[in-house]
Amino acid sequence: MYICAMSALVIENLYKSFDGVPAVKGVNFTINKGEIFGLLGPNGAGKSTTINMIAGVVRLGSGSITAFGYDNQRDYRYTRRMLGVVHQEIVIDNFFTVDQALKLHAGYYGVKDDPDWRQLLIDRLGLKPHLHKVMLKLSGGLKRRFMIAKAMIHRPQLLILDEPTAGVDVELRHSLWDFVREINRQGTTILLTTHYLEEAEEMCDRIAIMNHGDLIALEETHELVRRLSNRQLRLWLTEPLKSIPSGLESCKPQLKADGRMLLLNLPADIDVGSVLAQLCSQQLQIRDIETDQSSLEEVFIQLTGMNGGVDGP
Amino acid sequence: MDLDLKQRFYPWLPFFTLLRKEILRFGRVSTQTLLAPIVTAGLYLFVFGATLGERLSIVEGFSYAQFVIPGLIMMGIINNSFANTSSSLFMSRYLGGIVDLLVTPVSPPQFIMAYTLAAMLRGLLVGSVVWLISTMFASLPWDSPILGLLMAMLASFMFAQFGLIAAIYAQSFDTISMYTSFLIMPLIFLGGVFYPISILPEPWGKFSQLNPLFYLIDGFRHALIGSGDTSYLIAFGFSGMLAIILFLWAAWLIGKGYRLRA
Repeated sequence: MYICAMSALVIENLYKSFDGVPAVKGVNFTINKGEIFGLLGPNGAGKSTTINMIAGVVRLGSGSITAFGYDNQRDYRYTRRMLGVVHQEIVIDNFFTVDQALKLHAGYYGVKDDPDWRQLLIDRLGLKPHLHKVMLKLSGGLKRRFMIAKAMIHRPQLLILDEPTAGVDVELRHSLWDFVREINRQGTTILLTTHYLEEAEEMCDRIAIMNHGDLIALEETHELVRRLSNRQLRLWLTEPLKSIPSGLESCKPQLKADGRMLLLNLPADIDVGSVLAQLCSQQLQIRDIETDQSSLEEVFIQLTGMNGGVDGP
Repeated sequence: MDLDLKQRFYPWLPFFTLLRKEILRFGRVSTQTLLAPIVTAGLYLFVFGATLGERLSIVEGFSYAQFVIPGLIMMGIINNSFANTSSSLFMSRYLGGIVDLLVTPVSPPQFIMAYTLAAMLRGLLVGSVVWLISTMFASLPWDSPILGLLMAMLASFMFAQFGLIAAIYAQSFDTISMYTSFLIMPLIFLGGVFYPISILPEPWGKFSQLNPLFYLIDGFRHALIGSGDTSYLIAFGFSGMLAIILFLWAAWLIGKGYRLRA
């Protein structure tokens, strides 16, 4: 049963409600093989419900999920074999040591234990000194590392990381993302949610944003930021201006610093070069230029209508 | 990292892994899961075997020790089979570890089989040790060892299913202990472990025949000492029917993911 589908995951008309309250409202998206895909949204947006339906923890309300060409209801054994999930909550079995649990976990997926791969995960996630400790004795950060190793032990083709760096120190966070990039380069598709939007901006090829159960944005990360961001251009002038030059109305121009600074808000379809050319044609003497582009975090707040900071997904 | 799934996926490995994990689980806490019930049964055996066993006889031709030993063995099997599935599955639900299984390719039939076989193993291990200890106090004629073994397996299977059902419906650890204290133990004690129900006055004798554990205990004793209050056919028929009902109930709950998947 060799599958050569282009898409790692296809989600169509996914719907789920709890006690009559819709949590996911007819969501559609596709994750391409080999990409790092970010699913973001505020609390209650429906991200975890979507992820849990993909993983099989939550039953589908309606719609369909296809992983690597297999239907996750009909062919659930194959789809689950190909998925690895790092849950948001810490899930461990207190009866076993790290070593025992990792050996057992590969078997749950119908995969024979691969000592080389297991050792690589142990080394990369810094678990070696803790291998023979029972889970109860591990710190929160170590439990998180173990969960990541556990999700990767069967070499999944699609790795779902639901806030994997929550409560993890900076060093581990960096080493984790390096490792995720590495396995992504080797062909593993990644679906991640994270509390840290700068991580998503840095890591993800494409980003989907959910809010109130709807998918409100889905684009390539840089395109999403570019399209929705407020680029500002600050022009420091040699001679102060008394009035705003003509032809800049679409950029909402403002004069600041006693006319020495011209502030322009550039729409997505206007590039800096054309604005500068226009100003030069009006004999404007520019001393210095500063540009500023809003981050994914600001785009996120703008899209979800959130005030007072970003909430964890 | 494309995989030929048939090469890399071993469909029965999830089942054997879960079975192994369940056996390792009760092995890791063997003081609680094996030793404690054996000590309890040993105390019963001492009281009814060494002290009263030779002085009483309530069934003609057998000492009281010979009468009571099959019931004590069955009590160990029932309690421990139930405790294994109920505590393991409920703890997984309560602590959230069940999610680790729900995302794996372990199928519902494999799930039930693994939990059931581990519980049966624990129940039958405890029962076997209780029987070994009992040989210090009395020897049994083993009238029909095959039927005895079958009845022991049927009892452990039945209570493994009941443990799964209890774990799924339970809201707290208290609920699980209530099943043991207020249902299983009274049914065991009133099911003829310590006396033949034929000596009860009416209507208590008739009431006792409604107790499903009576058929397990009596059938098992019948096989071990060759004397019982009911026939093999009725004992196996009734117990087998109840085991099937409990199995179908557990299978329906687990297949549906009731209280396991949201």
